[in-house]
Amino acid sequence: MTVMQHVWIVLGVLFVLLNIAAGLIWLERRMLALWQDRLGPNRAGPFGLFIVLADTLKLFFKEDWIPPFADKKIFVIAPAIVVASVLMTFVIIPFAPHIVVADLNVGILFFLAMSSLGVYSIVLGGWASNNKYSLLGALRGASQMISYEVFMGLSLMGVVMLTGSFNLGDIVAAQHKVWYVFTQPLGFVIFLIAGIAETHRLPFDIPEAESELVAGFHAEYSGMKFGMFFIGEYLGVTMISAMTVVLFFGGWSGPFLPPLLWFTIKTFAFIMLFILLRASLPRPRYDQLMEYGWKVLLPLVLINLMATGAIALWLRGSH
Amino acid sequence: MPTIFIDNKPFEVKAGKNLLEACLSLGLDLPYFCWHPALGSVGACRQCAISMFKDENDQKGKLTMACMEGVKDGLRISLTDTTSKAFREQVVEWLMTNHPHDCPVCDEGGSCHLQDMTVMTGHDYRRFSYKKRTYKNQYLGPFIHHEMNRCIQCYRCVRFYKDYAGGKDLDVFAAHNHVYFGREKDGVLESPFSGNLAEVCPTGVFTDETLRQHYTRKWDLTMAPSVCTHCSLGCNITAGERYGELRSITNRYNGDVNGYFLCDRGRFGYEFVNSENRIAKPIIRNRVGEAVDEDTLMTHLKTIFKHGNKFIGIGSPRASVESNYALMDLVGKDNYYNGLSEFENLLAKLVAKTLQSGTVRSASLKDVEKADAVLILGEDVWNTAPMLALSVRQAVLKSAAAEALQQTPLPQWHDAAIRELVQEERGYFANITLAGSALDEIANYKLHSSPDDIARLGYAIAHIIDPGSPAVKNASDELLTKAKEIADALLKAKNPVIISGTGCLNEPLIKAAHNIALALNSGERKAEICYVMHESNTMGLALTQAFGLDKAIERTEREEGLSVVILENDLYRSLPGNVVDRFLSRCKNVVVLDQLNNATTVKAHVLIPSATFAEADGTMVNNEGRAQSFFQVFNPASNYVREAWRWLYAIKDLNAAPGNETFPHPDEILSRVEKDYPMFSGISKVSPAHDFRVNGQRIPREPRRYSGRTAIRANISVSEPRPFQDDDSPLSYTMEGYDGIPPSSLIPFFWSPGWNSIQSVNKYQDEVGGALKGGDPGVRLFEVDKSKPKTYFEHIPYPFTAKPDHLLLLPQFHVFGSGELSIYTKAIEDFAPEPYAALSEPDAEKMGLSDGSILNVKIGEKKIAFPVCVHKAISNGIVLLPAGLTETAGAIWGAWINFSANGHS
Amino acid sequence: MFSHFRTIWLTFLHMFRKRATIEYPEEKVPLHPRWRGRIVLTQDPDGGERCVACYLCAAACPVDCIALQATEDENGRRYPDFFRINFSRCIYCGFCEEACPTYAIQLIPDFEMAEYNRQNLVFEKEDLSIKSQGKYPGYNFYKVAGMDAGVKQKGHGENEEAPVDIHSLLP
Repeated sequence: MTVMQHVWIVLGVLFVLLNIAAGLIWLERRMLALWQDRLGPNRAGPFGLFIVLADTLKLFFKEDWIPPFADKKIFVIAPAIVVASVLMTFVIIPFAPHIVVADLNVGILFFLAMSSLGVYSIVLGGWASNNKYSLLGALRGASQMISYEVFMGLSLMGVVMLTGSFNLGDIVAAQHKVWYVFTQPLGFVIFLIAGIAETHRLPFDIPEAESELVAGFHAEYSGMKFGMFFIGEYLGVTMISAMTVVLFFGGWSGPFLPPLLWFTIKTFAFIMLFILLRASLPRPRYDQLMEYGWKVLLPLVLINLMATGAIALWLRGSH
Repeated sequence: MPTIFIDNKPFEVKAGKNLLEACLSLGLDLPYFCWHPALGSVGACRQCAISMFKDENDQKGKLTMACMEGVKDGLRISLTDTTSKAFREQVVEWLMTNHPHDCPVCDEGGSCHLQDMTVMTGHDYRRFSYKKRTYKNQYLGPFIHHEMNRCIQCYRCVRFYKDYAGGKDLDVFAAHNHVYFGREKDGVLESPFSGNLAEVCPTGVFTDETLRQHYTRKWDLTMAPSVCTHCSLGCNITAGERYGELRSITNRYNGDVNGYFLCDRGRFGYEFVNSENRIAKPIIRNRVGEAVDEDTLMTHLKTIFKHGNKFIGIGSPRASVESNYALMDLVGKDNYYNGLSEFENLLAKLVAKTLQSGTVRSASLKDVEKADAVLILGEDVWNTAPMLALSVRQAVLKSAAAEALQQTPLPQWHDAAIRELVQEERGYFANITLAGSALDEIANYKLHSSPDDIARLGYAIAHIIDPGSPAVKNASDELLTKAKEIADALLKAKNPVIISGTGCLNEPLIKAAHNIALALNSGERKAEICYVMHESNTMGLALTQAFGLDKAIERTEREEGLSVVILENDLYRSLPGNVVDRFLSRCKNVVVLDQLNNATTVKAHVLIPSATFAEADGTMVNNEGRAQSFFQVFNPASNYVREAWRWLYAIKDLNAAPGNETFPHPDEILSRVEKDYPMFSGISKVSPAHDFRVNGQRIPREPRRYSGRTAIRANISVSEPRPFQDDDSPLSYTMEGYDGIPPSSLIPFFWSPGWNSIQSVNKYQDEVGGALKGGDPGVRLFEVDKSKPKTYFEHIPYPFTAKPDHLLLLPQFHVFGSGELSIYTKAIEDFAPEPYAALSEPDAEKMGLSDGSILNVKIGEKKIAFPVCVHKAISNGIVLLPAGLTETAGAIWGAWINFSANGHS
Repeated sequence: MFSHFRTIWLTFLHMFRKRATIEYPEEKVPLHPRWRGRIVLTQDPDGGERCVACYLCAAACPVDCIALQATEDENGRRYPDFFRINFSRCIYCGFCEEACPTYAIQLIPDFEMAEYNRQNLVFEKEDLSIKSQGKYPGYNFYKVAGMDAGVKQKGHGENEEAPVDIHSLLP
């Protein structure tokens, strides 16, 4: 590949992702409405699509207010971290054969590293806001991330063991015959749960918890800084959906249709699932979430890991 | 103190009270109608029924009326038992069978005792399905509105109007369930205390007609504690505002001063605040665009107050202590003149000095009520201080009752029984006046004479009581007999009060009154003295012993190029026009601060609008020497209308070097007054300082139900401004704040849960009819020092002899008409007398005059024609003109006027 | 766990339900007669102004958005000199209607009062008055109230006896 091609890929990925993130504003509201017997935004433009434009414009033109009691520098940096770290994760995602920004052979590790970095934005944003609700949100965010990070990583190890590689391209290729969702069902479920927690989406949006913490870590944010948290969240949703597709649903592979389309279809299916979860499930209590993570998911993921390891060894041994 | 058991709980109560008083004093809620703390019990309404038990084993008890049963040690009663509760509910239900369905259009609604009591008893549904009785109403004049359908036959109105206030034209007519309270036929109520009917009536039969003209419910008024400015008594009032207009004056109970009542001049004389004649903008005369803004005004004042321009200040007896002091501060003590005419100043200073000496205690209205003998020397209190006349009446009635009760043991509160017992007996009251007064009818001794002769009589009385006091030389036998008669009666009294005043403009009179009181003051006997003065703050001015107007005029004649600041004083009322004209023309700059346009403001070079009592904070000293503060009720529409002291200090600071500004907080002005004038010591304690808070909260001027906050100004702008902030007092201009009982001087209105009417004052008192909680407001500036040696005045005048062709010009005051400000109320203006000149019969005959013929009187340079009124009671050689009318403004009272035979000049 | 999946599934099925949204303003909202919307001042059956300016609505108003001033005509009939409602403050709680002793003030089923300028939400008497009796036909306060305000004379009201002859002493 030429340098120009790389540049095009980078720009293309960036363009598409940001648009998807923005589009998700519309999509989420329409879908939520659909599942709540409403219509959702349908006034601005065809199907209300221009709500995205209106929302973006609104966010741009809102007063970008920094509270006088905030720690200014960190307050400004925090929202940037979340967007940057999520965007960085997309670097390793193979959207289609040869459409990948960086085909790292430590892909999964890079993904784990980047998604953990995202927690900094929550902690710093909550801390810098100098507001008790924000700080509580940040505390919850941090502990939630640390907990779920652990078994998110562990849940992926099954896939890695089966493939024998951290490279996502290899993982996709290894699912040529059978998707890992069939060989690693438990890993998939745990990864999905951890992924929701990781993006602090409902029902695990405990750091924001508007009904108890006002808006948690971003209570003091407004304008485009709030917008970045917002975009960060949607990018996160997209990212976890894309990763799920890559890791468990064969990535771009599929019959008849071009690979990129397959990838998009699969990813959007998961985005829809995310929205459906939001529409249907209530938020658990904070301690329930932690208990569930450590007392249920961790043992499960360890069992899964051991079983997979044993089977993998048995399979290799049989060769 | 007897202990009674109410619902099996022991309470200590005061002996000699009835059970209703005792229960109310304990803060218990017991409904009542016919009883009134000032009127006593008659047991007519049956509303205060309670159950009384023989002993603790008695379960049944018997119904009795709390107001008709005295307190006895060990008495057991119940307010909550089903029998008495059901009975009370029934009583209200009976009363309500005929009460019309018109609370929404009734002015009493929201401050109605009947509403409160109906709710208190729990009656809420009319079961009586027959027709309601109706009555025709009467026209009762411009003060009181009549709506007879609402009557519940409690008889309070006639008991107040006839028995308490001595009115003759309101009575009860017809019989059985048709009784009718009204006049014999339509017509204006004659008593100057008729306004109290609106408060005495527990429902809406008698309501305030002036309030009706711009009706506002009590809950919608912004109210503040205030002090009446229409005479020197300083009655406490509650002034209420709505939509930037002063809407009503109601009584503010002060156990030591006005008690439960006000006179009609005080109650209805408030319209001047809303007058079209108010000065709204500063004016600089003789230039293009005379109405100016603040910057222009201040720049102009800065130039005329620059160094080298010498200013004198003329104070005012109707301006507060603060404003007068601020003027003193601005022009310097030596350049301050108190604004009283020569003679008036002399008398005022004499009164102040006499009371300050502390040899005799000055009597409050309450003290007068308690007196067992009253002597009025010269002063026409009915007209110069109506509430004092009402107190005198109470003294006369009460001392007669006390006398009667010595023979027959009856409780004091048993009004009906006592009235039967007393019949026409009266306590001792000698009323000695120039030309008679409405009080004569209750006087045991009445005499009409000239001021000098009255003074001689006074001296003679004093000499008989205490031979150590100067004797009257060449006293006629007649004089001595009269004196003996009065002296003997006074000597029998334990607590006599001598009343005189500056109304006759006679110096010996004041001295004679003092001599009598001093002479009486020996051993057990405590004599008190009460001097009536001209204006609401005359005493406050007199205390500083400053020079009067005459000295200011002399000074301008002597010195060239003086400028003058005139504070709220229409000089044309106290001096002849030509004198004032000359005085003002000799002044380089004439700066006038006043509230309303008058003859003096017309002549002002610079005219600055100042605030009336309702728009100002301040302190005034009444005739008793009681300093009382009044609080701002509302912020006037014009931003330029400010307290005079605020303007004066702002002017003072105009030319001050930066950092040397002296603009003080009003609290600070009073402490400065105290420092500079020790005789005012205590004045800064009259009311709590501006940062006083109860539980960190201000005292709200608005009741909690105040309505329309977000709509009142919405027609001007839908965005609501911040409420006015009050940095001068602990009151707030909102409904937020402490809703309990504030210190007595800060009570903006009387309200208590379940007690919306003014009867809620019960809750604010230590005991019913006693002092307000924490003591009645006001600080007495005069201390009594019994140890001081008795020093008598020795200035005995010669007998009054009429000069040929001359008449002594004296004022006849009128409740309605003599007041400078009250006359702005339309109804009071209508009641003001037509100008007249009252003469004795022989004088009139001598001058060939008869009723209705014209007498020309020269006032200043002007000759004014007065219709003659031949008066039987006037001494020869005296002519009385109605005081305070425009026709008599500037008359020199107490001067001899030459009526040469041909011209009646 | 199963209940979670059931929840998700049930939520998913809602996709195929009928929408509850009414697409106002193309589609009009059906309002009940007692719906609490715009406030009006009504007339009595004789076409007279019903409001007697008793201030009870103003006192009842929890946001204090009603201001009025009472005045009287030559017959002593009381009516509001001005009557102002600041609808930018009004919360349409209906307390004023409940407090009104004469059925004058009524809330009607109309909510279309949006304005670009908040000042236009301040309604004066002219804007509030309607030529109708509103929801409570047939009531005329002055016919049942005891006073004579030009509507009926003393004693001519419903449930009233003829005025007392005070000169009579007959039982």
